[in-house]
Order: sequence, then C-alpha cells, then structure tokens
Amino acid sequence: MPQIPESKKKFIPILQGIINFLVRYGLMIVIALLLFGIILWISGADPIQSYQDIFTSTLGSSYGFSEVIVAMSPMLLNALAVALPSRLGLINVGVEGQLYMGACFATWGALTFPNLPANVLLPLMIFLGMVGGALWAFVPGYLRARGLVNETITTLLLNSVAPMIVSFFVFGFWHSPMDTNKTPNFSETARLPKLFGTRIDLSLILGLGLLIIFWLIMKYTRWGLEMRAIGNNPIAARRNGIPVKTYIIMTMCIGGAFAGLAGMSQVSGYYGVLLANFSRGIGFMGFLISWLAGGSPLGIVLTSFVISMIFSGGNLLQLTRDLPYAVINILLALTLFVVLARPSFLIRRKEA
Amino acid sequence: MTLLSILGVLSSAIFSGTSLLYTTLGEIIDQRAGIVNLGLEGVLLISASSGFAVTSISGNPYLGVLVAALMGGLINMILGYLVITRKSNQLASGLALMFFGFGVSAWIGKPYVGGVIKGLPRFILPGLSNLPRLYASLFKFDLLIYLAIPFTILVWWLLFRTRWGLGLRAVGENADTAFASGRNPWLIKYQALFIGGLLAGLGAAHLSIAYTMNWSEYMTAGRGFIAVALVIFSKWHPLRAIVGALLFSAAVAFQLLLQSSGIQISPFLLDTIPYLLTILVLIAWGGTRKQSAPASLGRVYQGTE
Repeated sequence: MPQIPESKKKFIPILQGIINFLVRYGLMIVIALLLFGIILWISGADPIQSYQDIFTSTLGSSYGFSEVIVAMSPMLLNALAVALPSRLGLINVGVEGQLYMGACFATWGALTFPNLPANVLLPLMIFLGMVGGALWAFVPGYLRARGLVNETITTLLLNSVAPMIVSFFVFGFWHSPMDTNKTPNFSETARLPKLFGTRIDLSLILGLGLLIIFWLIMKYTRWGLEMRAIGNNPIAARRNGIPVKTYIIMTMCIGGAFAGLAGMSQVSGYYGVLLANFSRGIGFMGFLISWLAGGSPLGIVLTSFVISMIFSGGNLLQLTRDLPYAVINILLALTLFVVLARPSFLIRRKEA
Repeated sequence: MTLLSILGVLSSAIFSGTSLLYTTLGEIIDQRAGIVNLGLEGVLLISASSGFAVTSISGNPYLGVLVAALMGGLINMILGYLVITRKSNQLASGLALMFFGFGVSAWIGKPYVGGVIKGLPRFILPGLSNLPRLYASLFKFDLLIYLAIPFTILVWWLLFRTRWGLGLRAVGENADTAFASGRNPWLIKYQALFIGGLLAGLGAAHLSIAYTMNWSEYMTAGRGFIAVALVIFSKWHPLRAIVGALLFSAAVAFQLLLQSSGIQISPFLLDTIPYLLTILVLIAWGGTRKQSAPASLGRVYQGTE
C-alpha cells in the first residue's frame, strides 16, 4: 500500500469536512425546497418549472448573478454588525434600527451638500452613515456596560424607533415635491459608484474588505484575543486587567457603524433616494446570517450568498407566477427552519 | 375642545389598543414559561390574514376570530418544535418565524387585498343605551373589546392562582427544579406557547376583523415588537399589561387630540414615546429588574438525560 504523503494526510479530514458540510446543508435545502414546492403547487404554479426558472434567473445568467451579488452586499455588512459584538457574547438584534439611522444621517449629507464633488461627498456620507449607526448602537452598549439594561432588549426597542425618525424626516422636511413617502432623488455625486457596468456598487468591496479585516483582527491581534477572553469569561477578563466596559461600548458602536454603512449603501447605492420603510427586515436577516455562520467570515459570505439567491428568486415569482414578492420569505423561512431544527438523521451524534 | 371630541379620541384609542393587550398577554404567557417569542409579528400577520380570509368567505366574523386564534396557536407550535424539541436558539428561531409570517400572510391574503368584509358587530352595553345618540355611537364596541379586561383577569388567575400557572412559572424560573418536582417542562412550554398563540391570534383578529376591517401586507406594522416591549414594561405581569396597552393607546389618543386641536406635531415622533418611555423605565429599575424577569428566559432546557 503506497504511503500517503504527509501533506495529503492533513488534507483528507478537511475535504471530508467540506463534503459533510455540503451534503448536510444540501439535504436541508432540498427539504425546504420540497416543502415550498407544495405551496407553489397549491397556488397553481409548477414547482419544478419554477425552481428551474429561479435557478436560471439567478445563477444562469451574468445579469442574474450580479443581482444576487447586489442583494448580498448589505447582508455582509449587516451580518458583520452582529458578528463583531457576538465575539464578546453581546447580542445585537438592533441592526434594523442602526441601518435606518445610518441611512438617515447619510441622506442628510446627500440632501444638504448636493453640489459637492463625489470624492468629497461620498466619504462624508459614509462617515455620516457610520456615525448614525454607531450612535444608535452606543445607547445599548453604554447601558449594558453600566449594567443597567440588557442590550438585547434595548436594541430591539430602538429598532422600532429608528424607522419612525426616518418617516418623520421623509414625510416632514425632506419629502420630494412628487411623492410623499420618499425624498427627492440624490444628485449623481451622492451615488456610490457602480462596478463592472452592473448594479453592484462599491459597498460589496467595502463589505468584503471589512470581513477580511475582521478576520485578521480576530486571529492575529491582541484585540481579538482579548475579545475572545471577554466572550469566554467576562469576570476573569476583568480581573486580568482587560477594560471590559470599553470593549463592550466599542464593539457595539463599531458593529452599529457597519450597519449604518449598510444603510448608507442602500440609499446611496441601491435606491438613490431615501424611502420610508425601505428595509423590511434585512437588518434582522443580518442577525440570522451571523448566527447561522457562527460568526465566521467565510460562513457569512456563503450564507449571505445563499439567502440573497433566495431573495432574488422572489422577483421571478412575482413577475411570472403572479405571486406576491413576499411569498419568497416562505422559502427563506423554511430553509431557516430546517437548518435550525438540525434534523437528527443528518447529524452524527458524536457526543452520544 | 368639547367633551364629545375627547370621548371620540378615547373611543378610538381603545380600538387601537385592544389588539396590543391581547398580544401582550400572549407574550407574557410565553415568556413566563421561559420562551421569548420574537416571531410574534409573523404570528400576528398569519392570524390576521387567515381570519380576514375566513370572514370574507363565510361572512361570519366570529368564525374568522376563531380561525385567527387557532392559527396563532398552531403557528406558535412551529416555534415550539424548534426551541423545545430541537433545542435551537430562541432569537434566531423567532426571527425565522417572523419571515415565515411575512411570506405566508402575503400568500393567504393576496386575493383579499382591498376586500370588504362585514366586521365584528359593534353593540352598546345595555345600561348605556339611554345616552344621547351622539354619545351612544362612541360607546359602541365589539365583543373582543368587552372581553379584553376579563381575559386579562383570566390570564392573571391562570398564572397566579392555579396549579398549572404555578408549574408554568416554575418552568420559566428553573426548568430543572420543576422537572425534579414532577412536572413536565416540555409539555408545559408547548401549552404556554399554544395559549400564548391563541391570545396573539385574538389580538390579530381584532386588528383585521374588528378595527381596520381590511387586509394589506405588513399591516401589523411592528405591533408584535411593541407587544414584546410592553411585556418588559409590565414586568411580566398581566394586570400591568393593561397599563402598558393604555400607554400606547394614550400616545395614539394624544396624537388625535393634537390633530383635532390644530397643533402641528409629527405623529411619528409621538409614536416613539412608548418605546423611549419603556427604555427610561428599564433604566430607572436598573439592576432590580432581574427579580421580575423569569430567571431562565431565553435559555434552552437541555433536559436531564
């Protein structure tokens, strides 16, 4: 029997891991597709044909693929906004609110200085967006650090407040002469540049870049080590002289800033205008993605991609199957249910 | 400002607050058993749409209310399966349930967008029927409004005056101890979720069948999250939930009053008051809050295998 080289010995378990991962999640998605197929079938659409169409319209053409990436860009930032505080054991369910505040602050910049050149205005808007999100996360972070209120509760409550503040400005000071529920269109210099002649904008690069930086910091720096220490045992960390309170406030704020950046990219890149109630839950999606990915950067990219693919498929159902766009949420939720339920026949119980 | 306009404002505040009270009661039961149901928004949407659909088909609003309540209980069973049987994360499962509700309600409600139904009949209490006509019209409420306070007392009685309620609260505090004293934490949690779902379904039914009498996508507009906030505000106590629901209704009433008296203030800013007030109350309580929250809220009960 030939000797297996040392390098391959290491490689085989990793490969097995990847295959296990793919088989497991592949099967989970198949279960979700079967369940959603029943719903499609009841509503009079041919499930197999629908899935074929969804697949070809998302991955089968370069345009479809680019649309998936468009949907994915804000998800990366939103997931990162949850993943960073989660390293300390903090639960940030407030991405939705932080996203709205980022969009609100950035819109103020865009509407107040429409005549600035793009290379001044865009950095300003990015800065404003991040400040808006960070401010919205500062309150829960500060209250948690002082030991007053749990951050899960405050972030949830502030989620509901932020869209109202956006509505206050959109319906009040900022509304365009034509429509009531949105601001005037942004000037060309306030739009994030598009890449490769598609609707993909700069936020994709920002999101991927920040994910890589996040990974490097967590893996190679003292900060990453100290954050993990706090996550494992905050009391021991404090005894060892790690400034736990500062870390709590800083990670919440930086996480909020990422969410704010996502909000800025939505108004500046995707819409080019601030709509009241533009999000419909993509902030909550950030929590789910980060949780499913276990906070790992590569996992965040993969999960965001799959979820964006499902979301993009919704457009097709709406256009060709005469179903409301929101129906695609069923497929999304079924996939999440199956993953959350971790069917026992797919998981080898190691501990048992 | 006449007496009539003030009464009118009060009457509409009661209409908008009732669905919140039912929903909050439901969430109190869930959380007393140790389960945070963040999917309430989705449960409400599914109940509201299915109740509306049934009312529209059968022409009987009471049947619609019944179906909405049952739907609420059944949808909560999905959450129950995930977090009790499969022991998955409560927040993530709840949010998944919310997205499920977005989708399912849009799917059920699609043929009924813009539809008209005969809503839940409104009637006046016998003692008040000799009021002047103008005033009498303001005191016409539907059955669910009249039942709101009795239901609150019923929930209080169930939680604090029955053996079942004692068991439920014990499970929410410490499931291991409850198990050791001969109770079945899994079963109790399922029961809590089912009853909580029934109540949330009643709230949703009031919203779509009695109050707005129409269906549109995302019509609950965050009421599920308001209810979660009100649970905390009312310190997990059913009777205090009335105060919470009144607070929210008062914000609505205040808004209407200002509008009718011609003062220009954005309704959106007024809407933020209940949330900000809840946060302020939580800050004022500081650390003492821990004594009123169920101790094992949000934890997964692993069992004692």
